Amino acid sequence: MRNCKKAELICTKIQYKEATILEKIQIRIHLILCRTCRIFVKKNSKLTSLCDQANLKALPAEEKEKMKKILSERQ
Amino acid sequence: MKPKLSNPSQKKSITFELTKPMTKQILNPDTWVDRYSDYLFNYAVTRVNDAEIAKDLVQETFFAGLKSAKNFKGDAAERTWLISILKRKVIDHYRKINSQKAKSMVRITPNRDTENEGNFIEQQVADPDSLLENSEIENKELGNAIHECINKLPKKQALAFTLKTINGLSTEEVCKELNINPSNLWVIIHRARTVLMDCLNTNWFKI
Repeated sequence: MRNCKKAELICTKIQYKEATILEKIQIRIHLILCRTCRIFVKKNSKLTSLCDQANLKALPAEEKEKMKKILSERQ
Repeated sequence: MKPKLSNPSQKKSITFELTKPMTKQILNPDTWVDRYSDYLFNYAVTRVNDAEIAKDLVQETFFAGLKSAKNFKGDAAERTWLISILKRKVIDHYRKINSQKAKSMVRITPNRDTENEGNFIEQQVADPDSLLENSEIENKELGNAIHECINKLPKKQALAFTLKTINGLSTEEVCKELNINPSNLWVIIHRARTVLMDCLNTNWFKI
């Protein structure tokens, strides 16, 4: 269903706090009607909290570029 | 010629299973940084508690990997092999700081970062009411699990997800980096998240 796909996308945006007000209203209305999407929202926010909890760290992009450069010089 | 074998089809399947993973494992140092640096960095940072040191350790690991690439027999996955090198590097790091400590006769706190780690003796005592130790171990495992799942994603999805979620870049920056438009980015991230949810599903999703 087209509506559910749209709702899931909005839900992902909400995880990064980047949904517009209109989108938030749309998803509210959809969630009243759609059980599947309610479960999806739950799972999606769980994923966000898991990622926060794990306190994941990654190297910044410029550090990676530096490493690549040094590595290719050594090869 | 080995006519003694009773079931030739059985032999065939065994050799197939053995040779399949062996031929698969080849080192590609060009892709190391893109594919494994985050995973290795995360592994190191949870063990040495210092981003700078962790970064250096990862870099040393890549160097050591390049150096001994000819010794790579190909019976382990590339990542497992790199992790085993990194493990040695972490141990070497602790040896080094411990020997420095020994010189100045300070032996009571082997950890440099006393604020986060607490005293060595205190750590030995089990506090039955405290869930802190458990949750720390759990978080390490969770981090590894997430990274493993991210590694299974297609390259573009993995990159988009890492940049957005872990590095915390804004949508604009990620779009610039990957050269795509925002709605494309959201679709990619959404797909990545859906796969991650399934991947983590069995162990970590107990709603």
